[in-house]
Amino acid sequence: MAMDGGAAAVLREAHRLTGHTDRVWSLAWNPSPGAGAGPVLASCGGDKAVRIWKRAADGAWQCSDVLEDTHNRTVRSCAWSPDGKLLATASFDSTTAIWEYSGGDFECVATLEGHENEVKSVSWSASGSLLATCSRDKSVWIWEMQPGNEYECVSVQQGHTQDVKMVQWHPILDVLVSVSYDNSIRVWADDGDDEWHCVQTLTEANNCGHSSTVWALSFNQKGDRMVTCSDDHTLKIWDTSADLSQPKTSDNQESWRHLSTLTGYHNRTIFSAHWSSEDIIASGAGDDAICLFAEDKSSMVEGPSYRLILKKEKAHDMDINCVRWCPQDPRMLASASDDGTVKLWELRGNALD
Amino acid sequence: MVVGLINANPVVYEKKERRSRQAPETTDENAAEAIDQLEIFDHIRDIKDPEHPYSLEELNVVTEDSVEINDELSHVRVTFTPTVERCSMATVIGLCLRVKLMRSLPPRYKVDIRVAPGSHATETAVNKQLNDKERVAAALENPNLLDIVEECLSPTFA
Repeated sequence: MAMDGGAAAVLREAHRLTGHTDRVWSLAWNPSPGAGAGPVLASCGGDKAVRIWKRAADGAWQCSDVLEDTHNRTVRSCAWSPDGKLLATASFDSTTAIWEYSGGDFECVATLEGHENEVKSVSWSASGSLLATCSRDKSVWIWEMQPGNEYECVSVQQGHTQDVKMVQWHPILDVLVSVSYDNSIRVWADDGDDEWHCVQTLTEANNCGHSSTVWALSFNQKGDRMVTCSDDHTLKIWDTSADLSQPKTSDNQESWRHLSTLTGYHNRTIFSAHWSSEDIIASGAGDDAICLFAEDKSSMVEGPSYRLILKKEKAHDMDINCVRWCPQDPRMLASASDDGTVKLWELRGNALD
Repeated sequence: MVVGLINANPVVYEKKERRSRQAPETTDENAAEAIDQLEIFDHIRDIKDPEHPYSLEELNVVTEDSVEINDELSHVRVTFTPTVERCSMATVIGLCLRVKLMRSLPPRYKVDIRVAPGSHATETAVNKQLNDKERVAAALENPNLLDIVEECLSPTFA
């Protein structure tokens, strides 16, 4: 499908958002900002603050709120609930805060405690009833939302042998994925009796997995593909179409499997990857570059392959820690960097042929 | 600090005479001057060992040849040799090197720190930890550890 009369794809810097006084670690777009409201972006970082960004009537982006004085160390990750009414923030202070967003204001309504060390990531399930966190203490915690801003810890999962870098729920099923400094990717599901288990572990030895720290993961919209990125400078694409939320039976031996490895595009650690609703994968890395990939539909080789659409060199002055496509405008990409800025990019031209 | 020293009897090497920098070949005083190996070494040579009143240079933890630099690519790699093979101070020394270079070099620089191959029992694990910038950032938020690092770096400001 030609979008812009066949012109080559270009990633144009549309906005540069300043305000954070230290590196920006993570970004989250509100999936449901409300009828008539424009996109809302949350950013968090080493300055212990969360900033909320909105577009003004004249098209400029403004910081509408600063959430601070709740976490006393770095805020490493932030995530919106599917209904857009809650924002969870994970911090190096070992806690996860829950903020209620109503009438344009934020109030901290709960603090989840229990991890022994820095909390690295937080993620809401698609149903919005489950929340997952992970930490340098090697554990993954699953919380269930209760009435009255209460959160019950329903599971504490040990299994990773090192620091857990990110947790992310499947976009449809109640299946959770965690990635770790131990180079592995673990998949967690409930066995139907409210007992959570690791149902698959993806490693270098057994599954063509990563050879160093796995930093992040992202699913496509349907949840049948996943991308992971790593300190080994590669991105890996996985077939996640098998339904691991079903208890395994003797005749059901399905599992997730490796499809493709994207190598040679980044020359330093890849810290972030994100799969858009238009099936474009963005990656951000320690080489200060953003890459965009799409499946190569003209390829004759067996199985899918992915091609580079573009590489934006020097997208930031320092490492890129997070890239996220805007859900309301799938041609807008946000990026966060050690240089203390958030940038908004417009993808123009023909990216998908 | 710890009960008993990790390394009770370090070998102390003679400090290499400090060479003055050569005058630039070009007389164009507006020309950019590339960052070089000696400049990096001068930044790190006087870092104090966490345990002893000697510099990393005096203990041969770092030498001029420890520094590999590519100014055009904005990349530095420092290879250091802990004084004993099971030195638990290796990560602290590596952290001191990283902090010193982080503060001294332009932000465009990518810094890699590693233990000299074969010189430390848990070399792979130490190297991975020293080059995980998130764990480095978290470690530097620990006030006790940051105090130790600042103390080790204080002679470099003299």
